[in-house]
Amino acid sequence: MSAVPLHLAVALDGAGWHPAAWRDPAASPKALFTAAYWAQLVAEAEHGLLDFVTIEDSLALQTTLLDGHDGRADQVRGRLDAVLVASTIAPLTSRIGLVPTATTTHTEPFHVASSIATLDYVSTGRAGWRAQISGRRTEAAHFGRREVPELRPENLGDLDKAGVVRELFADAADAVEVVRRLWDSWEDDAVIRDVATGRFVDRDRLHYVDFEGTSFTVKGPSIVPRPPQGQPLVTALAHSRLPYEFAARGADVVYITPHDSEQARAIVREVREISGQVRDPAAEELRIFADLVVLLDDDAKGARERRARLDEIDGATYTSDAAIFTGTPGELADLLLEWRAAGLQGFRLRPAVLPTDLTAITRGLVPELRGRGAFRRAYQAGTLRGHLHLPRPASRYAGSRR
Amino acid sequence: MKQVILAAHFPGVNNHTVWSDPASGSQIDFASFVHLARTAERGRFDFFFLADGQRLREQRGRIHDLDVVGRPDSLTVLSGLAAVTDHLGLAGTVNATFNEPYELARRLATLDHLSGGRAGWNVVTSSDAFTGENFRRGGFLEHSQRYERAEEFVRTVRELWDSWATGDLVADPATATFARREAGKFAHRGTHFDIGGHFTVPRSPQGRPLTIQAGDSEGGRAFAAATADAVFSRHSRLEEGKVFYRDVKSRLAAHGRSPDSLKILPGVTFALGDTDAEAQENADHIRRQQVSPQTAILLLEQLWNRDLSAYDPEGPLPEIDPDVSEDSIIKGRTRMSRDPLETAAEWRALAESKRLGIRDLIIEVTGRQSFIGSPSRVAEEINEFVQGDAADGFILVPHLTPGGLDDFVDRVVPLLQERGVLRAEYETTTLRGHLGLEEHR
Ligand SMILES: Cc1cc2nc3c(=O)[nH]c(=O)nc-3n(C[C@H](O)[C@H](O)[C@H](O)COP(=O)(O)O)c2cc1C
Repeated sequence: MSAVPLHLAVALDGAGWHPAAWRDPAASPKALFTAAYWAQLVAEAEHGLLDFVTIEDSLALQTTLLDGHDGRADQVRGRLDAVLVASTIAPLTSRIGLVPTATTTHTEPFHVASSIATLDYVSTGRAGWRAQISGRRTEAAHFGRREVPELRPENLGDLDKAGVVRELFADAADAVEVVRRLWDSWEDDAVIRDVATGRFVDRDRLHYVDFEGTSFTVKGPSIVPRPPQGQPLVTALAHSRLPYEFAARGADVVYITPHDSEQARAIVREVREISGQVRDPAAEELRIFADLVVLLDDDAKGARERRARLDEIDGATYTSDAAIFTGTPGELADLLLEWRAAGLQGFRLRPAVLPTDLTAITRGLVPELRGRGAFRRAYQAGTLRGHLHLPRPASRYAGSRR
Repeated sequence: MKQVILAAHFPGVNNHTVWSDPASGSQIDFASFVHLARTAERGRFDFFFLADGQRLREQRGRIHDLDVVGRPDSLTVLSGLAAVTDHLGLAGTVNATFNEPYELARRLATLDHLSGGRAGWNVVTSSDAFTGENFRRGGFLEHSQRYERAEEFVRTVRELWDSWATGDLVADPATATFARREAGKFAHRGTHFDIGGHFTVPRSPQGRPLTIQAGDSEGGRAFAAATADAVFSRHSRLEEGKVFYRDVKSRLAAHGRSPDSLKILPGVTFALGDTDAEAQENADHIRRQQVSPQTAILLLEQLWNRDLSAYDPEGPLPEIDPDVSEDSIIKGRTRMSRDPLETAAEWRALAESKRLGIRDLIIEVTGRQSFIGSPSRVAEEINEFVQGDAADGFILVPHLTPGGLDDFVDRVVPLLQERGVLRAEYETTTLRGHLGLEEHR
């Protein structure tokens, strides 16, 4: 019996992560843009007592290219705004965390802070944010405010040398800092409703954040009072040193993409080392989750056949930044526990096909993990931070009077 | 007979919202929004409405602390409400100055999908550098350009909404076609926006979510006539309402639009009672709650444009005249537009003749409720306004969160339904449908 249960999240996107998922007989491709579709998926994840779901998003159509529109009609194209999808699901669920994606590059940090704080109110303390960088020229052209070079495999090295990527991450770090300051800008007890003095708020408990970064400034305070969790969960996907640094500075959870337990061990070591250098020593320990695409079946052969069938439909072998697991829920449980020994706190599973592989997680994997003493039998906390054993932090401004 | 359009305004961050009453609940807990929205839906209202402001108000360089402060992101809270209501329209105020068309078009189209066609957008255009300090791009817009940008903004947003045609979302595994190849393609080359690419949200149920406009200047009215589906107006008295109504409706023909295609909806307040006399008592009580001694001084300062904190709220008006220099002491909301010296003279005369101190005077000259009376009187007056072409309906602004609409829905709504001017059951599913507006499927 493992002492510490692991944490499980599910990454929701379209019909699932395999590009042919929408053509699976179990899929409901016509429903992808309805509230009912998303509500059913998240209800299923909550039924499995998962820690949270993430919802993918971007400010451009999906593409098979690194940058630019691929014009493919045979894969899912189009997405709803992830924060708003999360907010619609919130009143229909009660325990599971909701972590939509929002970009740090084009979306105003002030708007991100307000909308995630609002999601935290709508969900009574279950909001998170997957902070994502948008480096693509395709996305920039939808805003027309920045000149951005096209990303091509052959010029990535040059862009790296020119500092373009470093700048994007520095900008993202500023955005996260602004958002976190805004969440703290109202002290918890700012609303006083003091009839004697006629004051609704104590303005000494509202704080200008006065952020001054290299490329922008934000005044504050937030228009939204401090959210129920104080600081909603900040998460980021990271594949290399710069994003590890970004996550170590500002995130509560980082998703990494090892392809075996050895790699997992090496990445965990690197992330911990970086954290030691750049993370605020007073901050809670960064939670490290590994991402895995999962394709599950009751027998391993069946899973492999499903995968082959999907690849055949799509006309290409599916590859991913994350490892792709094909097998039974029991085998997956063993693998997760083996990888966990590398120092991971949890996993973010990307179901290849929805709802098939989600249901296999909640009704197959979860009982397997429980049988190994490695997963909760009931939610212990009412907030997302609570699920991850993160305390509710005091506002950084608490007690400081202007 | 014209139908009466009704919208429920979530109580705002101004002194109209009474927070000192024991019945006053949270301004930010989701439960408050749910209560008001469900009450409005029970009353078969057309839509729920949220105002917006992107910076906390300040007076004399300090955050204004006497009124309710703090509110949610409009579209996020409306998306939550989409899950707990079935028919009610969901309209949010979103600033065209501090947003980008691509992103806002996505969010509105998303809300329209999530709500099954109930999304509305109140386009506001504030351009002040004060609010701009909260944004990366800062206060970049000349006041004179605000409607120019807003007009191009709305046009661009509609181009984005139209970039997916009906039928572009195929989702047919048999033909291996998820979306048509050209779906979402757009290019807009204008003065304020030079953008192109592909939009990510398939055509939403309304095609074109409802557009509301709430500016009162010549530019605002022209903008409304050219582009809006509804106007949120300040003209809530019968005679001025008729004048405004005629003015805005008469501008429509020039744009090839019918008078019915733009709905005029003044924001109004109300006080009810079993009898007209009791309603008047309630109205007076609410007014006193709305104007605390501190608020009285503050509202006086807004006209005087001076620090009057040393004055006694129960005492006489200041002898010193208002400061008419350009520099306003109020930030984050519009200054009173009347001539300060002239208004001060009027107020002094009134205070003298009625022997009113500062607080009583302020109660008298600001914010009297639009409709005061028994349920039958209020229903009668509301209907007269609409049939007399002073309005097409109203955006009701209750003074209490979240229960401020309960009495109205329990007592006035049935009378409007009896008169046949308010639906007994919803007969349409979209917000455009509720208002009888052309669909853009
Ligand atoms: C009834 C009414 C309600 C308004 N509500 C808001 C609001 O919630 N948020 C906001 O930023 N501006 C609001 N405004 C301001 C207007 O959108 C507009 O920016 C302002 O009136 C200046 O435009 P104008 O010069 O045409 O009047 C409102 C205006 C009116 C008349």
